[in-house]
Amino acid sequence: MEVTMAITIGDIVRGDRAVFPPYLYDAYRSTIRRAPRRPLIEVPLTLSELTGPGPAISAVTPEDADLTRNAGTGGEAIGQRIIVTGRVLDQHGAPVPNVLIEIWQANAAGRYIHKRDQWPGPLDPNFLGIGRCLTDAQGVYRFLTIRPGAYPWKNHPNAWRPSHIHFSLLGPSWHTRLVTQMYFADDPLLPLDPIFNALPTEDARRRLVASYAHDVSEPEWALGWRWDIVLDGAAATPFEDQQETQP
Amino acid sequence: MTSRLPTGSQTVGPFFHDCLLREDARRNILAPPGVAGQRIRIEGCILDGDGAPVPDAMVEIWQANSYGRYNHPVDSRDLPLDPQFSGFGRSATDEEGAFWFETIKPGPVPFDKQRNQAPHICVAVFGRGLLNHLYTRIYFADDPATADDPVLALVPAERRATLLARPTEVDGSLVYRFDIILQGSAETVFFDYQELEQLR
Ligand SMILES: [Fe+2]
Repeated sequence: MEVTMAITIGDIVRGDRAVFPPYLYDAYRSTIRRAPRRPLIEVPLTLSELTGPGPAISAVTPEDADLTRNAGTGGEAIGQRIIVTGRVLDQHGAPVPNVLIEIWQANAAGRYIHKRDQWPGPLDPNFLGIGRCLTDAQGVYRFLTIRPGAYPWKNHPNAWRPSHIHFSLLGPSWHTRLVTQMYFADDPLLPLDPIFNALPTEDARRRLVASYAHDVSEPEWALGWRWDIVLDGAAATPFEDQQETQP
Repeated sequence: MTSRLPTGSQTVGPFFHDCLLREDARRNILAPPGVAGQRIRIEGCILDGDGAPVPDAMVEIWQANSYGRYNHPVDSRDLPLDPQFSGFGRSATDEEGAFWFETIKPGPVPFDKQRNQAPHICVAVFGRGLLNHLYTRIYFADDPATADDPVLALVPAERRATLLARPTEVDGSLVYRFDIILQGSAETVFFDYQELEQLR
């Protein structure tokens, strides 16, 4: 759209070409030397890919899903308080329980605590920007956090990433592994962002964008955003408690 | 029910470490003492199209235990499970692009009703500049079953060597070397998966 320079888009894609980005999308410059250039080898799914680690971290606590307080300082993160919730579904629309969701994000000023993020946005001592939770029996996840700010990056002159939350999902199998980013529907930076625009279709892009959800908003407390996630691949095999499979 | 399109992938970016590699989330050591099997160490580097190390990537692995059993409900075969061994590993790359795991060598697992797959470890690579993660596999160059593996057989012969981890002995312990080359003439083989019939 407003990314007007000629963009070279590679033809090597893993997964559905209507959904997944190409490895080479040179408007996002880091792809140029990291994208594979030789054809992917198509192989059948075997027991190795139809199994997977499941919710690999056992020590997830309810506090982990509250990014406004999980820095453990006793103080609360500064910013617009938001509730981010939704369901994880398989391709048939069935909920996927017991998915480990790990998220990370910039603070309200657009700054990560990460040592490689050195732009002069202020840090918030009460905000780590990391959280995690498991989906419940209905596939529902829920985080309390603050709305992340946009941040500059060096991809091109005056480049700014739209507000986003990074999501990592360990679903029912190795094949359903997903790392992605959630965006906000009212963000004017979306048409300018080469990472978002690397998705091949308007529909694929739209499905990375959370909607404002007034029924999720809580009075005198927080604004609600809803975002559902559909995992690729096989119909979900609910990952039962790992202990049950052990002798 | 109607089929839904999956949610698209986006790069992990450069700032994932505090989340995905926090102390209780990283998994360099898969096999604490007591886990059955031949103990091995896997070491490798990730290199880009210029041959430069990729210092901000993440590697995840998934494998069966030494009996060839996956710790997952879909694998209900009557083989021993080891409660201390999940089979999942997660390592950052360092300034030299290096990652490592300490694990046990997996046993063979079935391909179909007739054939087994050679012992192998599933690998997923995430990084800044990778809009979707890459899937590959580690096979063991010194295992006779590798030559007959039905997945490896689908890889053009001249590219198979990129999936072979090579054994070396370092201070008396067995180290397998497996570099991941993202781009170029020696590019590692990466996989795409055929859709399951039920989704067609
Ligand atoms: Fe980010």
